[in-house]
Amino acid sequence: MKLTLKAAKLENWKTGKRNNMITVTNIQKSFGHTHAVDGVSFEVAPGEIYGLVGADGAGKTTTLRLLCGALRADAGDVTVAGYDIRQQTEQARAHIGYLSQRFSMYEDLTVLENIRFFAEVRGMKSNEWYPRCMELLDFVGLAPFKDRFAGMLSGGMKQKLGLASALVTRPQVLLLDEPTTGVDPVTRQDFWQLIIKLVSLTPGPSPHGGGENEFPSPAGRGVRGEGVSVIISTPYMDEAARCNRIGFMRKGQLIAEGTPGQLRSILDERILELRGSPLPLLKQIAAQQPGVEDVRAFGDRLHLRVEAGQAQAVMRLLKTTIPAGGGTLLDSRPIPPALEDVFMALAHDE
Amino acid sequence: MNSRLLSIIRKEFIQIIRDKRTLALILVIPIMQLFLLGYAATNDVRNVPLAVFDQSRSTEARALLDAYRAADYFKIAYSVGSEAELQQLIDRGDAKAGLIIPPDYASALAAGSAQVAFILDGSDPTVASTALSAAQLIGQTHATGILAEKVSRSGQNLKLQPPVEVRTTVWYNPDLISSYFMIPGVIGMILYAITAILTASAVVRERERGTIEQLIVTPIRSWELVFGKILPYTILGLFDTIEVLLVGHWWFGVPIRGSMMLIILLSALFLLSGLGIGLLASTIANTQQEAMLTVWMTLLPSIFLSGFFFPLDAMPKVLYWISYLMPLRYYLTIIRVLLLKGVGIEMIWNDVTALTIFGVVIMGAAAMRFRKRLD
Repeated sequence: MKLTLKAAKLENWKTGKRNNMITVTNIQKSFGHTHAVDGVSFEVAPGEIYGLVGADGAGKTTTLRLLCGALRADAGDVTVAGYDIRQQTEQARAHIGYLSQRFSMYEDLTVLENIRFFAEVRGMKSNEWYPRCMELLDFVGLAPFKDRFAGMLSGGMKQKLGLASALVTRPQVLLLDEPTTGVDPVTRQDFWQLIIKLVSLTPGPSPHGGGENEFPSPAGRGVRGEGVSVIISTPYMDEAARCNRIGFMRKGQLIAEGTPGQLRSILDERILELRGSPLPLLKQIAAQQPGVEDVRAFGDRLHLRVEAGQAQAVMRLLKTTIPAGGGTLLDSRPIPPALEDVFMALAHDE
Repeated sequence: MNSRLLSIIRKEFIQIIRDKRTLALILVIPIMQLFLLGYAATNDVRNVPLAVFDQSRSTEARALLDAYRAADYFKIAYSVGSEAELQQLIDRGDAKAGLIIPPDYASALAAGSAQVAFILDGSDPTVASTALSAAQLIGQTHATGILAEKVSRSGQNLKLQPPVEVRTTVWYNPDLISSYFMIPGVIGMILYAITAILTASAVVRERERGTIEQLIVTPIRSWELVFGKILPYTILGLFDTIEVLLVGHWWFGVPIRGSMMLIILLSALFLLSGLGIGLLASTIANTQQEAMLTVWMTLLPSIFLSGFFFPLDAMPKVLYWISYLMPLRYYLTIIRVLLLKGVGIEMIWNDVTALTIFGVVIMGAAAMRFRKRLD
């Protein structure tokens, strides 16, 4: 297991020659005796969506807070758009849009007042903020609700307001901390469409110049060069699968990194699907077999994770042990691993 | 002006105006406090209910009672037939004082010297001590009157005059009206409480509701956030000052003898301490409730050790020294002097200096502790 993880890490995108939008080098942060973030390093390229996944308490939120300078790292460096977050905090922040996990707009201000406030404190002039705000509200679909108090918005609309307000000054880096947690599936889809629009923009000539027709969305106008870089933390595997790359965090460390395909390949030929009855008996027998690491029920079937190279041996073994134990095995076959399988394997691998 | 600062101030004002309940409290509470303390917290002793056991029932006894009746201090509320009855009235608290005139009062008086007994309920020392001196004074004046009459009746053309006469004059508040003393105190207390509590909760609210996380990633500087938060509450605080001052002046007749400009200027100086305490509390507290309690903890000693209710000169030395640490103490001296004495700033330099030092030190400490970060 350990060996394959290292292989995945070596194979990842580290070309070293890219002009990274975000470079994180060995950052550390402790709260008392807890090492919330313990030596995390990664890089994100322009136009890339980087997913931070991991269980609750793995250090995702702390990492994002360190990236935007809301927390000060005990050690390590963070560079955003070429600025050191520690030395050139405000210059770096000028390029960051941050959506915190907790709703952090003013509930007693209206949608428009909220965006206006965050636009103004980010230095937008009175003649700039209004068209930009309306553009963003159209983009996220909140234009009809512009005069509603933020406290009266639904969960999904609140997140869209947060996104709009994070985008108001055309940041090159977007940090999203579990933006879709607690949001209904339809709104989650909407939200992801917005993120994908933001990053998939073709290069434009100038921030305010022409060529508007080239852009799929008005929000992208003025994003220089390439699309926005996004770092998103999420507990959902279907969302992780949409990222260009995923960093898997556990106990404050980044223990695996790669494209979804690379991460899935860790478990190639190591996930078996069993059908048969009775399921509880099958589960019990399967768990006792040598070479089986984990057994989980998926509806009317079982998923087994087996040690590398053991798939055929385990299948042969089950064909005899299950009937011997009084159960019926209808079918057993290797299936392509899902990210969720990788997630479970990594989360429980000590 | 700096546009970030302006946006923060604008936002803060929108929030203040939206929060109708708090706004109403800010504007109404000072007036309520003023009326409450202007009327209720008075040391003036009037109409103390007196129970009389008159065993003499003579003209002389009635003359004595008339003397008591004539002064405002006592009200003859009960006329009783026995000592036991009188005691009962005082026990129950219906009467606060009792006067016992012996059966032989008239004859003893004629013979030269009579005695009456005056009983006071001492459970409220403030009332009792004032009533005590009033009772003695009324008795003595009455006695002097009787003596003078006697002397003149005996035909001697002798002017009765004590060898030493102390002529007292009370300056600034000749009628010793306690609201003149209380109302400046109310102004000080309200300024302190409102600015400290509101500032603390306005800052902590950002943390409590999570909005601080969004503010952090904006280019707002810490000082801009601090000033943007403080300025609206400074304006409200000054508004309250003027409000209380004017109502105190028109309703309670408190004189404003000093310069209004100077009063407002020095009130603003005092606000610095209140705002600083609020800000300091906000750097310690995580919830609005905690902030409120922290401010409250500084508020009570401030009130008791500032000379608001209790004279500082009468306090034990230790407490007297501690009172030097209370910014409210200096402000109360300043505002009382300015309102009642009408002198210029040259008479209160020491207090103004102390207040300035406090304001700058507290504000400085708060600003140093205030960080635009989560940790």
